[in-house]
Amino acid sequence: MRRAVNIVPGSGTRILLALLPFLLIACLYVVASAERRAANPGDKLLPPITEMATSMDRLATEPDRRSGDLTLWSDTAASLQRLFIGLGAAAAIGLVLGLTLGLLPLASAGLSPLVAVVSMIPPMAILPVLFIVFGLGELSKVVLIVIGIAPFLVRDLAMTVTAIPSEQIVKAQTLGASTWQLMLRVALPQAMPRLIEALRLSLGPAFLFLISAEAIAAESGLGYRIFLVRRYLAMDVILPYVAWITLIAYLLDWLLARLARRAFPWAYVQETRR
Amino acid sequence: MRFGNGRFGFRALSAALGLSLALLAGGTQAEPKKEFNIAWTIYVGWMPWPYAADAGIVKKWADKYGITINVKQINDYVESINQYTAGGFDGVTATNMDGLTIPAAGGVDTTILIIGDFSNGNDGIVSKTAKTPADLKGESINLVELSVSHYLLARALEAAGLSEKDVTIVNTSDADMVAAFKSPETSTVVTWNPLLAEVRAEPGSAALFDSTQIPGEIIDTLMVNTEVLKDNPAFGKALAGIWYETMAVLSDPGEKGKAARAAMGAMSGTDLAGFEAQLAATKLFATPEEAVAFTESEDLIKTMDLVRTFSFDHGLLGDDASDKDAVGIAFPGGQVLGSTDNVKLRFDVSYMRLAAEGSL
Repeated sequence: MRRAVNIVPGSGTRILLALLPFLLIACLYVVASAERRAANPGDKLLPPITEMATSMDRLATEPDRRSGDLTLWSDTAASLQRLFIGLGAAAAIGLVLGLTLGLLPLASAGLSPLVAVVSMIPPMAILPVLFIVFGLGELSKVVLIVIGIAPFLVRDLAMTVTAIPSEQIVKAQTLGASTWQLMLRVALPQAMPRLIEALRLSLGPAFLFLISAEAIAAESGLGYRIFLVRRYLAMDVILPYVAWITLIAYLLDWLLARLARRAFPWAYVQETRR
Repeated sequence: MRFGNGRFGFRALSAALGLSLALLAGGTQAEPKKEFNIAWTIYVGWMPWPYAADAGIVKKWADKYGITINVKQINDYVESINQYTAGGFDGVTATNMDGLTIPAAGGVDTTILIIGDFSNGNDGIVSKTAKTPADLKGESINLVELSVSHYLLARALEAAGLSEKDVTIVNTSDADMVAAFKSPETSTVVTWNPLLAEVRAEPGSAALFDSTQIPGEIIDTLMVNTEVLKDNPAFGKALAGIWYETMAVLSDPGEKGKAARAAMGAMSGTDLAGFEAQLAATKLFATPEEAVAFTESEDLIKTMDLVRTFSFDHGLLGDDASDKDAVGIAFPGGQVLGSTDNVKLRFDVSYMRLAAEGSL
């Protein structure tokens, strides 16, 4: 008997099925937008797609009246710079602390409870303190991202390293490995693919903290623009910006996934067999 | 909150888009109705609204006209105006500039029903380094961009012979303004009360410029949807009745007034002394006669011309606005500034005048 669980779509059907929900949402949007425009020709809440395209074209190709920059690209560059520095710093902290805590019982005993407690502090709640300590400039925005995701990376990597079978650790020592060699040759290679996976999972929160920081004080950036034009309900700018942020996050996620599989194929052996 | 007129397509869509239902409830409400919602946010000139609701003044006047008026607080000022613009509220407390740039520029025909006061020191520029507006050249300035603070700065720079190109503006949310000013790298902020009082209290800070130097330009009002008002004059009459009865209590020099001011102070997170200090920086129109005279004066037209010029220069009238005339502003006596075909902001003295005549 043919059961629903056994119906597997072919590649063409798969693409069609994947596109369908997007098309449906687009159609609903167009209808609602037209309906609101019919009621109020000046409506700003659900602008037609043509209007969003015009606005984006203007922001991407015409220099800003005041600064002379191409708004979309300067916003994107400012935000990506903050995001990459923040992610990079958080990854470095996560890797170093994660390996140390996971491998050295002495370090773990001393630091793990602190990390566990710090990871529970909601970063947004201590924002005013961050401002006073780190100022309102670039540093505080990067620090917010780092504080937001580094504790998660540290804990995740520490758990990964702790979960390395003790047989491996014992065997490496039998072969004469020092603690330093254990860390670099046994723990690090196994932690790396996990770090990339954890970074992928952190992309969402990292963007959240980036946008929040830019909403609070900034001169440029994707979040800055959204919160600035929000003052006059310019949804023709906000909606495309949201789509753009989503696209960037999706691409970063995809790139990290590719990187992990290219650099550490052995960690994904199970996956290819499926 | 009211959820549309049962237009199912809208509702399904709003869920799909993750937009709030209240935002989508907009459009036109032509039919006479019995229940009205107005939104308010914390500001000295708007505290009479929640006080009137608590003291039963709102219910008294609403009952007189056989309607219900809900007075609701919104935490975020811009959000309250956006909610009104999207059709979630029938009226909102807002400044003249925000009324022009948000609902009116967004195509929502809006009537300024009550002119409550104008800022007379409630908005100001405070700096740790500069002593006069001319010293601001090259400074980095924290403020809520595109707000009345931004307008105030533009006016101060203009008076000092500078332009916005001479300074760097850092958009900073009002909630974080006080913490921002405490940061060592922040030198100058533009903000409004009660935040202004907080930053002025910082050691080493000096006030450079405030709204007393541009009197009558930052106006605090109650604005309502023109269509709703046209179909429901009782709504406008009740609002005017509520407002001036509350004004009488507020400006009472005796114990009754003191108790009311203390209550309004407590509702806005300060005390009697703090609230009275803010009142001192506010030119309140205690009687409808004063408000009518202010609204009918030629100065208001000059002010709105400055405001619309600033708004157009900063792109606040929308991308399709080719010049500052794009949105028409109507004044008492039939005068119109800008496009007569697209009048979206109206100063209406008729309800304030009814209050003055005592015929509400």
